[in-house]
Amino acid sequence: MTAAALSNALTAEKIALLKERATFVRTETVRLIAIAKVGHYSSTFSCAEIFSVLYYDAMRLSRGNPKWPERDRFLMGKGHAAVGLYPLLADWGFFPKELLDGYTRLGSPLGDHPDMRLVPGVDFSSGSIGHALSAGLGMVLGGRVQKLDFDVYVLLGDGEMQEGQVWAAAMAAAHHKARNLVAIVDRNRFQLDGQIEEVMGIEPLADKWRSFGWEVHEVDGHDVAALAILLRRLKADLARERPVCVIAHTLKGKGVKFMETEPGWHLGYLAPEDEARVLAEITAGGGPA
Amino acid sequence: MSALSPESWQYRQLNARAPSLSTLADTLIELAEAGHPVVACTADLQYSNGLIGFARRFPERLLQFGISEQNMVSAAAGIASTGLMPFAATFASYLALLCCEQIRTDCAYTALPVRLVGHHAGIALGFYGTSHHATEDLAAMRSIADLTVVAPADGPQLAAAIRASVSHPGPIYFRISRGHDPVVYGKDLSFEIGKAITHFEGTELTVLACGTMVSPALQAVNALRAAGRSVGLIDMHTIKPLDRDAVIAAARGSRALLTVEEHNVLGGLGGAVAEVLADLGGAPPLRRHGIQDCFSLIAPPTHLYQHYRLDAAGIESVARELLGS
Repeated sequence: MTAAALSNALTAEKIALLKERATFVRTETVRLIAIAKVGHYSSTFSCAEIFSVLYYDAMRLSRGNPKWPERDRFLMGKGHAAVGLYPLLADWGFFPKELLDGYTRLGSPLGDHPDMRLVPGVDFSSGSIGHALSAGLGMVLGGRVQKLDFDVYVLLGDGEMQEGQVWAAAMAAAHHKARNLVAIVDRNRFQLDGQIEEVMGIEPLADKWRSFGWEVHEVDGHDVAALAILLRRLKADLARERPVCVIAHTLKGKGVKFMETEPGWHLGYLAPEDEARVLAEITAGGGPA
Repeated sequence: MSALSPESWQYRQLNARAPSLSTLADTLIELAEAGHPVVACTADLQYSNGLIGFARRFPERLLQFGISEQNMVSAAAGIASTGLMPFAATFASYLALLCCEQIRTDCAYTALPVRLVGHHAGIALGFYGTSHHATEDLAAMRSIADLTVVAPADGPQLAAAIRASVSHPGPIYFRISRGHDPVVYGKDLSFEIGKAITHFEGTELTVLACGTMVSPALQAVNALRAAGRSVGLIDMHTIKPLDRDAVIAAARGSRALLTVEEHNVLGGLGGAVAEVLADLGGAPPLRRHGIQDCFSLIAPPTHLYQHYRLDAAGIESVARELLGS
């Protein structure tokens, strides 16, 4: 299918659904963090549209069947955004929605970082930054040995680019022509100690990935239509031999003005009165500005 | 084929891919041919660990990662998540120390059936020096929850351990040497992960050894027994889960215990046995023999074993100190 045909196939209804699901990620994130009383709002808000497009357009999944061997896989280098993933996994019927209500409480399978042993639908445990691209590469190689052609999507933080193992994995993935591997960099430009380019610069990022032998695309990470069309094109491109890096330009805290402008919200907790205001703002926004 | 003297260590290294290193590849070939979903991962050491033999038979199942051990271990976990059983091999020093966190977080925390093969463990790399020695790997690996730790004594026991691992659900760290290990066991040995092998019981002393130290310990114990001493020997091939019953039986039946390992005396076999004895209370004295919390000197391996009293004569002399004769 041509790019134009793929674009035309993305209906207004689908775009509305993807926007609504991104809003759902944000409102659920606020709801769950209120249970934990601390959490990563802004890191999750920056990838809400990425979650939505992956789970409601790009990925090949089977409702209620989280262990389907041919499913596409999703790994999170930035495991601290798992709070936004859990509601989607429950929505896919991978585990009962009621589990969300006990998020992070004693004995809950749902922690700040995802645990594949405890949470059906989590394809790999994470939390230690820098491992996920290697593990995703392993899944592609394992699929290849078994003649399975599932795609593996790995969401990486932009601060994660500072970990050497990411580049070891990048080198190996290109060497092994891991065409089913798609790295998505949530380029929100912030890490714990400040702006990425001040803490440890990672530019020129696209050139780095290209020089490692990857096909590179840049996209507005909050534009669900652009993201969906890009990921559809990548899935349809059967001639490609190289792995793909999608640099998704995002805003940390997207959807809540004071989080967008105040980087201290990497880890935080909203007072109840602020929570109502934030939910109203997210719901009114409804999608990318 | 070589201008090297047959007496030289280099010559023997070039020519002796047997027994335990070729055993690794041969056993994986055997399992793959029998339909088991095994794959092998290497980080630029397929000649050193013998996996080249597996690569020649199953080229599509040998995954090369170049010199990126951490990447290999995380990738092995990803491979295992797809239903395969990867055997990821590299020098024990890099595997257990450089990749410790990848093993903990990606292999053990996930409970995936990754088989980690740390070869040239202990001081087997002799004059290559401390960067290539692994005298801390048992201590590091046995502190990781849900990780099984096995140190086979020789090639046949390694083969048996690999075969036994097929039905083992979680991750395993195999600690092996450089493939020169004298053979202790016949090919029909019985082996069960977590079940120690008692060679002899003894009332005066029981020696508990693992890995490469089983063979010299056996020689030492045979010599002592020939001299009329009641000395036992237990092969503690599984460091974790440790066969506590075997340790307790030895503690109750002997006046003294001696652990022997090619490892720091902190945290490895000696440490594990000491923990059991402390829990037990009222146990006989324990001597932990091994590397005494120091970095090894440089020398050919055989010279190092002699220097650190980790050869048969050295172990016998340590045992005699305990026996008071």
